[in-house]
Order: sequence, then C-alpha cells, then structure tokens
Amino acid sequence: MKDWLSKFRALVLFGIVALVLSACGRENLTALDPKGYGAEVSLKLILLTTIVMTSVFLVVIILLIIVLVRFRRKKGEPLKNVPQVEGSKTLEAIWTIIPIILVGIMAVPTVVATFQLADTSDKDEHININVTGYQYWWHFEYENEEIATSQDMYIPVNKKVYVNLISNDVLHSFWVPSISGKLDVNPENVNTMFIQAYEEGVYFGKCAELCGPSHSLMDFKVVVVSEEEYEQWVNDMKSFNSQELELDAVAAEGRDLFEEKGCVACHATDSQNFVPGQKPIGPDLTQFADRSRIAGILHPTEENLYKWLKDPESVKPGNKMTGAYPELSDEEIEKISAYLMQLSPSEVTAASKE
Amino acid sequence: MATTVAAKRSFWEFIWDYLTTVDHKKIAHLYLAGGGFFFILGGIEALIIRIQLIKPENDFISAGLYNEMITMHGTTMIFLAAMPIIVGLMNAIMPLQIGARDVAFPFLNALSFWLFFFGGLLLNLSFLFGGAPDAGWTSYASLSMDSPGHGIDYYIAGLQIAGAGTLMTGINFIATIVTMRAPGMTYMRMPLFTWATFVTSVLILFAFPPLTINLFLLMFDRMFGTAFFNVALGGNQVIYQHLFWIFGHPEVYILILPMFGVFSEIFATFSRKRLFGYTAMVFATMLIAFLGFMVWAHHMFTVGLGPVANAIFAVGTMAIAVPTGIKIFNWLLTMWGGQVTINSAMLWALGFIPTFTIGGMTGVMLGSNVADYQYHDSYFVVGHFHYVIVGGTVFGIFAALHYWWPKMFGRVLNETLGKLTFWPFFIGVHLTFFVQHLLGLMGMPRRYWVFLEDQSLDLGNLISTIGAFLMGVGAIIFVINIIVSAFGEKAAADPWDGRTLEWAVSSPAPYYNFAQLPLVRGLDPLWIEKMEGNGKIPAAEPLGDVHMPNGSIIPFLMSIGFFISGFGFIYQTDNVYWYLALYGGLAFSIALMIIRSVKDDYGYYIPKEELEKALEGEAK
Repeated sequence: MKDWLSKFRALVLFGIVALVLSACGRENLTALDPKGYGAEVSLKLILLTTIVMTSVFLVVIILLIIVLVRFRRKKGEPLKNVPQVEGSKTLEAIWTIIPIILVGIMAVPTVVATFQLADTSDKDEHININVTGYQYWWHFEYENEEIATSQDMYIPVNKKVYVNLISNDVLHSFWVPSISGKLDVNPENVNTMFIQAYEEGVYFGKCAELCGPSHSLMDFKVVVVSEEEYEQWVNDMKSFNSQELELDAVAAEGRDLFEEKGCVACHATDSQNFVPGQKPIGPDLTQFADRSRIAGILHPTEENLYKWLKDPESVKPGNKMTGAYPELSDEEIEKISAYLMQLSPSEVTAASKE
Repeated sequence: MATTVAAKRSFWEFIWDYLTTVDHKKIAHLYLAGGGFFFILGGIEALIIRIQLIKPENDFISAGLYNEMITMHGTTMIFLAAMPIIVGLMNAIMPLQIGARDVAFPFLNALSFWLFFFGGLLLNLSFLFGGAPDAGWTSYASLSMDSPGHGIDYYIAGLQIAGAGTLMTGINFIATIVTMRAPGMTYMRMPLFTWATFVTSVLILFAFPPLTINLFLLMFDRMFGTAFFNVALGGNQVIYQHLFWIFGHPEVYILILPMFGVFSEIFATFSRKRLFGYTAMVFATMLIAFLGFMVWAHHMFTVGLGPVANAIFAVGTMAIAVPTGIKIFNWLLTMWGGQVTINSAMLWALGFIPTFTIGGMTGVMLGSNVADYQYHDSYFVVGHFHYVIVGGTVFGIFAALHYWWPKMFGRVLNETLGKLTFWPFFIGVHLTFFVQHLLGLMGMPRRYWVFLEDQSLDLGNLISTIGAFLMGVGAIIFVINIIVSAFGEKAAADPWDGRTLEWAVSSPAPYYNFAQLPLVRGLDPLWIEKMEGNGKIPAAEPLGDVHMPNGSIIPFLMSIGFFISGFGFIYQTDNVYWYLALYGGLAFSIALMIIRSVKDDYGYYIPKEELEKALEGEAK
C-alpha cells in the first residue's frame, strides 16, 4: 500500500462490511458473526475476496452502463456502419495483468491461512474428542477422560480442542458455522481439525453432506463453558451412575422397562462401562435430561419426547431406531420418559448457557 | 429419398422423416424438442423443491421424495436439458458457419441423439418404477452404495447410455471442424461459436471417459458385488469423488463455453462491429478449457486432502478468473463505439453480463479454500452455480434461440413476448438466487429437506421461492412465444444483417445447406462480402451434383436395444431372467451395428438441375 490513508480506508471498509453482515442470521449459527478461531479466519478471507471481486464487478457494471447510455441505437435511427476495431494490445495487457495481481492479493493470504489451519502438531497437548457421524446423530468420545456423550458436545472456552472425525456409515460433514469451517466425516479415514471458541454459549452444529432422508435433521450442539465448568462437567460425567440413581416409583419402573424393552442394547446411560474406541449402536443418553434438543431437533418437552418414542419415523424419516424396539404403550412411554428425565449428571448444562 | 420441398406430407411421413433423419439440422430440432421437454420437467422439480422450502419444517413432500427431487432436478437440468439443447444449437449452426453440408459422421450424429433420448427416458422412468435416484446429482459412492431400491441403478444406466451419445458428438464435431471447413476458412477465421464448439468437443472427449469409468465402478459395486467403494472390504469413497469431479469440473465448462461463443456472435452482430480482440478471445477459450481440467479438487476442499493439495487447487481455481475476465471486457469493448440494437437476443446477452459476472465473482470467492470451509455444501454454493448456469447457460440458450430461431425454423420469435419472457425471468433469477448466498453464510446447508424454526432462515427462503415462480412465469411465456410464432411471418434469410456464413443461406437452410461450397475471404465472411463485394458469398466450386447421406432407422433401433438392456442391468439383481433383457438388448444393438457396417450405403445425389432451379428461385 502506498500510504497509511489507503490502508486505513481499506480497514474501515472491511470493518463496515463485517459489521453490517454480522447482523445477518441467528446468533451462534451464522458464519457472519464468528465466535471461534476458524470462523474468524474464514470470514477474513470471505471479506477480502468479496471486496476484491466487488470492485471488479463495479468496473464491469460501470462499463456496461456507459455502453448502454452512449452507444444504444435510438428509436427510429437507421442502421449505420461504424469503425470495425480489431482490438487493443494495451487494453488486453491491462485487463490481464490487473486481474493476475488481484488473484495474487487473494491467493497469498489464502495459502498462508491454509497452512495455519492445517497445523495439528500440538494435537497431543490438547483435549481430543473423537467424533463419529451416524445416520442421523453424532457421538462424542472424550479421549483420555473415558467419558462419552452424544448430540451435545461440551468444550471449554478459549482453549484449542481437537476433533477427530470418522463416519460409521456414509459421508457426513461436521459444521459449526459460528466457530469454525467444516470438515468431512469420511468412513475410511479419520479427519482431524482444531476448534477454538471465544465465547461461552450454545452453538448450532449441522451435518453438511447429503447422508439420506434425515440429512437436514442431524443438528448437534457445541456447548462452550468456562474452564472450571468444563472440569466440573467431566468429573460429573465420570462419576454418574444411572443404575445407582435414587428414583421415584414411576422412574424406577422406567429404568426397568429401559432394560426389558431392549433400549439398553443400543443406548448407554452413563460412562461406567466406557470402552475406548467403541462405536455404540445408538446415541449415548448420559445427560439426556439436559440435552438441548431431543433427537437433535425437537425442543425438550414432554410431548416431543412422547412423539419421538411413539413414532420416531414420523420425526426422522429413515432413522435406525424405527422398528428396533417393540411398540410401547402410552404408560410405558410415560415411565421411560420419567426415567430419561432423571439422567442429569451435572449442573453444567446447555440450558445454563443459552 | 428427399424432395426439394415437402409440400404436403402425411403426419406419418413427418414422423418417419424425423425417426430416420441424419441431417444435422433436423437432429438439432430433435435435440431442442427433447431438451426443452426435459427442461420443463426439471423446472417442475425445481418448483416442488422451492415449495417445500417456502416455510420452515414444511411437509409438502416426504424427505425421501425430496431427495429424489433434488437429485433429478440437477441430473435432468445438466444432462438432459442444458447439454442436449447446447448440442442441438451446435448441430444446427456449426456446419453452416464453417461452410459444410453436414457433420463428418451423420449416422453417428443421429445415434447420439437417440442415445440421449432413451437414456433420459430410462432415467425418468425410475419415478414410475420404484423411485428415482436420491443421492444427489453427484451420487457420491457412500450414500449411493447405501441407497435402497433401484433408483441409483437407473441413474447409472440412464447416464451411461446418454453419456455415450455425448461422447460420440464430441468426436463427431472435432472431426467436422478439422476436416470440413470450406476453402478459405482457416482456424483463425472461424466464428467464435465454432471455436467454442471445437474446444467444448475436446472437453467432452476428455471429460466423459472418467464419468463412464466412475459409473462402471459404481455399477459393478452395486450390481456385481465388487468393492471399489466399499470401505469394509478395503475400498474407499474418496476415489469416487476424484473421478466424479475430474469429469464434473470440465462438464461445467462444457455448459458455458458454447454460450460464450453465442454471446460473441450476438454482441458483434447487434453492435454492428467485429468482435473486439478475436485472437485473445480464442486463446482465452482454450486457456479456460485447459485450466478447467486442473481444478477439480476445489469441489473437495473439505474432504481432508491436506493443505498442499488444497492450496494448489485454490490458486488454480482463482487463476481461471483471468481468462474469463478477459472475455467479459472484450465483449464490453465490442459494444463500445458500435450502434447497439437491443432486441430480445441482446436483452439476454446484456442480462448475462452482470448475472454471470456475479456468478464468476462468487466462484473466485469459493476458490479461496479457507473461505470455502464455510461455503462448501451450503446454500452459498447453490447460489453460485445457479448464477453461472442460469445466468450463463440458460440466458445463453434463450439468446441463441432468439438469434437463430429464424435459421432453424424459418420464423422469427415474437419480440414483445420475448421481452415479457426476459423481465420476469431475469428478476426471478436474482430474487431466487441472490439471497441464497446469504442463507448459506447464515448456516443453511444444501440438500436440506427442511430448515428448522427459529434459525433466521425463514425470510430468505420465502423470497427465494417467490423468485422461482417468477422464473416459471417467464418460461411459460417463452413456450407461448414458440407456439404463437409458428403461425407468424416467415423469416428472411438474414433478418439481423449478420456477419457469418449461416446468414448467407435461406431461413430455414436448404436441406443441402449450400448449393455450392462457399469461398471464405476472411473473418466474418458475409460482412466482408457486404462491405467489399456484392453481399453474396462467392462459390468455391462449380455447380454440380451434391452427394447426400441416406437416412436410417438403425440409430433409433440401436438405442432401443441399449434401453432394454439398461432395464436388464438394473433388475438382474432381483431375478436372473432379466439377463434375457440385458443380453438380448445388447445383442440386438450389436446385430444392428454389424448390419450397418456390412451393408453398403452409398447415399444419393441431388441432381445439378434441382440446385439450379433453387438458385434461380432465390435470385427472384
């Protein structure tokens, strides 16, 4: 840049565009209001490329408008012959070299950021969460902590967290727009990236690779808590034992039904039997009572839990729970729900952050 | 045997003529009709998608059917609408532009059409027989391996058959342009549309085989138990993505380069100036095609290929902006200093400039892989590719149809209806697709059956759906235009005061194109004759008997054979008796190929006297 004034102007332009755009979209879902490292880096490049390309667009539009104003044939004007211009080597040079420079301006920061984001050399010094994508839910295993959960992923604020992604079936993609760009969840290899959130809160996660009929119903949440809360949460999750919970009569019957009806074959309800690397058949239900959503998408109300247990196919077409358990009567659902709503290991919950 | 004027033909003669024609002009009519039909199907699929997304958590159609709709919308629009219409235009006009009487291999040309037609029919019959494919137009080999039912098998069979036709077209056009240019028509005197046809055909030649291979691998995995993409047995799915996009990226240049050729013709003709920077335009076209083969992994930035691969493909992708930008500026400078007439064809061309430029802008933005980590598989990408495909390919098709309708059909499309088509469609495009860029950045992934409440995505989706209906209105008015102008005035040979050879023959062109092959004296040969000669193209040969190929029903029958065989491939996993269809169909087609190869067909001659009479008729 020639002088500080143009740098200043560029920064101001950047800032104004960023500010305006950040109003777009729901907080903690939109990529335009980044609250994490990856999302921030991506937004910088989004803004840089937008501004560069918009300036090219403006040149094109201005030329087009001038052409239409100056050279348009007037109504009734007879056809006339005009000078046939072969071309201009100067112009060709100008509109070849300037775009090459503009591409350079966009390419250099892109390549630098690429290598920054791909640097996973300090993986072993940070929290590692093994993420498994399923049709249609997400499993989170906390390496080294010997706990696991599904759907809501808890992480501490301002700390780098590594996610190691793999699919149990078809392709999925792990996307938490407000925190970071996405990375595909492949069945044949583990993909690793780090995320780092700057603000506590509950962030929307989306599956971003067509994976079947319920592809759009695979929302998950990243719950960002303070460091102390995170430690608390991990300890609570470790020590929670669903079998030793003191329950009222209804919930106790629910716990029995949970076993009788076969739910226990697919769903863990605590981390007491944690086996590292194990791929459960169904979502881990530890902390189910405090989940941000039921089945990833339903608000956690009694009616919604009833709806889900009565007829999961109507909520999530093609999901693997349909038909995997015997039909439940309304009282059985009431009892099982009562039990599930007691699965609350910790006071650190998504609701406390929303 | 053809006659000079088909004065009163019976309906059945008309049908038989089109079933057996090997005339590039009639084959073009077939492509336009077939492509037009599939465009309407694809448009209905689009409206169904947008109705489903008009409000959050809508249940207009089921999730499974929705996935079939998005898959078929993309597959139909790209393979069965855009490509055939483009091939139809190239068929209709390129031989005329180079002063040839037909393409190099007329029989093969007919076979190409019927293969497309029956492939497209097979693919769409899936809706009636158990469900259409539902793994996206890309049909990635994890979900497509998993997809129950036979939908994906229809995808494989339909596209293999249709794709074979396209590959043959590519070979045919290359041979035509290399060997059949009229005397004086050097490469650097070819019109840009012909150059575009040439480069596109080379793209087809190299891009379609990877698709064919990929579909064969998928077919063998699904139908015959191999494990190319089966992870549990040691395969991987990422190789499917590589093979798909090695085809898929050049494919989008196949969709746009011919349109660039169309716009070059239109800007020049309606500004009454030669194309600015002809040489640069030719080389930019070739550079875009070449670079187009080197950027495929920009569709895979989030697959986890690693920073080196991502960085290389990012830089390559952004580089393609340079030759594309060169073209836009050359078009603007073509109009500069000219006398610009704004009719329907020109409206589409003028609408293309801002629309395609926006699409190109977002393309470069997507090329920055770090930005793409947010954009990928979100509505931003949907916005981008619709801006370039609709703003480039569809606008180009409308422009080309208005421009060349007289030459192809002997009528001029109504101007008022043309404007009434353009404005709703143009406004609809921007309403539908601009907001999608924002929706993507606001966290809405693509291929979503529903978007959830309370995620701030409601208004954007509503606007997008309204725009789609406006586009539908424009399309309907265009269909009305076609019908209305069929009963309108006959067209003159040269309604636009044109510059290139196709305007030197009548509208529509005579079935033999040129009574005498033309002598070309330079770039824009007709314009040269208008400015320096008597407005007529000189002949390069004396008047004589003209050799023409015979029509044949074999291409139609061969395609039916492959069509039946396709059903055999699809259903043989269910019941072994389907092998009768599989081998029977193939045997039928091969037998016909043998008959064609063995039985001599020398064509026929148009006697000199007939041509003399036609020339006298023209002189009056």
